Amino acid sequence: MREKGNDLRGSSQSYDIVIIGGGPAGLAAAVSARESGIESILILERDKELGGILNQCIHNGFGLHTFQEELTGPEYADRFIQKVNDLKIEYRLNTMVMDISPDRRVTAMNRTDGMFVIRAGAVILAMGCRERARGALNIPGYRPAGIFSAGTAQRLVNREGYMPGREVVILGSGDIGLIMARRMTLEGAKVKAVAELMPYSGGLKRNIVQCLDDYGIPLKLSHTVVDIRGKERVEGVTLAQVDENGRPVPGTEEYYPCDTLLLSVGLIPENELSRGMGVGINPVTSGPVVNESLETNIPGVFACGNVLHVHDLVDYVSKEAAAAGRNAAAYVQSLSGESSFVRGTDSGITLEAESGVRYTVPSVIRPAYMEDSLTVRFRVGGVYRNCYVSVYFDGERVIHRMRPVMAPGEMEEIVLKKEQLLQYPSLKTVRFTVEEV
Amino acid sequence: METKNLTCINCPMGCSITVKMDGGRIVSITGNTCKRGEDYAGKELTNPTRIVTTTVKVTGGQSNTVSVKTGKDIPKEKIFDCVRELKNVQVQAPVRIGDVVASDIAGTGVDVVATGNVERTGVDVAEAGNV
Repeated sequence: MREKGNDLRGSSQSYDIVIIGGGPAGLAAAVSARESGIESILILERDKELGGILNQCIHNGFGLHTFQEELTGPEYADRFIQKVNDLKIEYRLNTMVMDISPDRRVTAMNRTDGMFVIRAGAVILAMGCRERARGALNIPGYRPAGIFSAGTAQRLVNREGYMPGREVVILGSGDIGLIMARRMTLEGAKVKAVAELMPYSGGLKRNIVQCLDDYGIPLKLSHTVVDIRGKERVEGVTLAQVDENGRPVPGTEEYYPCDTLLLSVGLIPENELSRGMGVGINPVTSGPVVNESLETNIPGVFACGNVLHVHDLVDYVSKEAAAAGRNAAAYVQSLSGESSFVRGTDSGITLEAESGVRYTVPSVIRPAYMEDSLTVRFRVGGVYRNCYVSVYFDGERVIHRMRPVMAPGEMEEIVLKKEQLLQYPSLKTVRFTVEEV
Repeated sequence: METKNLTCINCPMGCSITVKMDGGRIVSITGNTCKRGEDYAGKELTNPTRIVTTTVKVTGGQSNTVSVKTGKDIPKEKIFDCVRELKNVQVQAPVRIGDVVASDIAGTGVDVVATGNVERTGVDVAEAGNV
């Protein structure tokens, strides 16, 4: 069994690739690195099982891209866990990574091995993200019991078998909030409303239909919680409409008696380890700045999945992580002369996001090192209808794609071809922008 | 002629579908980008169905619950009957993905299957899954 692999005590162990996190990103990266010829791989996972957050996402809708069938979260995770086991990839559960040094020494601890240090040929950061909490929202009121992040409620209901409450208001229309509105309803709770600060939903359209509309749960756009009543336990919340600046409009307050408030107000990539080792962070995504190989500013350190930027779809996480796995494999092989993967400090082409496009991943492309095609992923800052996504190579518009609808809650992608980029040898900047018709 | 606007729920693209109807008969379906969308729109206006996911109790396992789903989509109005019936279902560990935990749920003819694995208590999870 891989869990009972080498004795990790002492500091002499080394692996070609160490993957931080055994969720969807870490699993897909591990599988692809092994399929690229790397034998020595170790996944470090802090939970008691592999699969990450998929284990509590019991709803369906996963895997249509990857497996051409509709799976639930645990089933999707299991497909990858099976592969990791079939390929005999080593992993450690219940293991917390404490620190990663810039020269790729990974310090971790668990109850069996104690504290240990592993030298990694390459590191893949796959730590995922965490939820934004109440403290980040500045909602006035006491701190009664009954306020949960949507993901915590999801874990309680789906994994632990507890109901967080009976009468529920949800703040934020992120996908987890929408999914939990349905889930709590099925378990007998009354979900009174979902309030969203923005004039549009932060979640996928399909989830509005099948989680709110199906159950007659109102979605109150441009609304927020202005007061939480209750000292020991939540007794009710007051919602109010907000103006275009997000400020509550006096006179629009409505009181909702409830015992539970769920927060689905955003996810933040979990980059404490990355920052600690000096990885450059993009302030827009809160994830590492990476090049076409998904490599950070530190040689041999790669990032993928929700630690890099928050995704809507696990299928895209798996694809991105597979690329990180291949690239990390090529890096390791280059160290022993098996591959031509050259670590470059050569500057490459800068990707710039502007007018409507909030960011791009990656943000630098070195055409010489890219695969035949490269998927550039990005999000827009508002809702756009019948607009174009345009890509400019320096001054020249090279791509001009019509999009019927774009919204901040749905990640966009554009594929760049290597041969296309090589036709512009002196190219400095590729700009991504939204253009009106 | 009556026009209905739907959002397809088959995949995360969420295509906006327009259905033109004439006295309960579908005249045209537009806006979908694949066959699934067409099927969905037809069904949604005649006999809407959903896949239902929930959890059932487990005894003797390392977890008290296991996640489950209906093997295929069931009529929308049967969703609550389905969940209510599953409240009384209890399965014995070990449970494996695909195990049938209830048959012919709420008279729909559809089976409910496990979507997660639960080991018996006392079994090392890491050992059991994959040696």
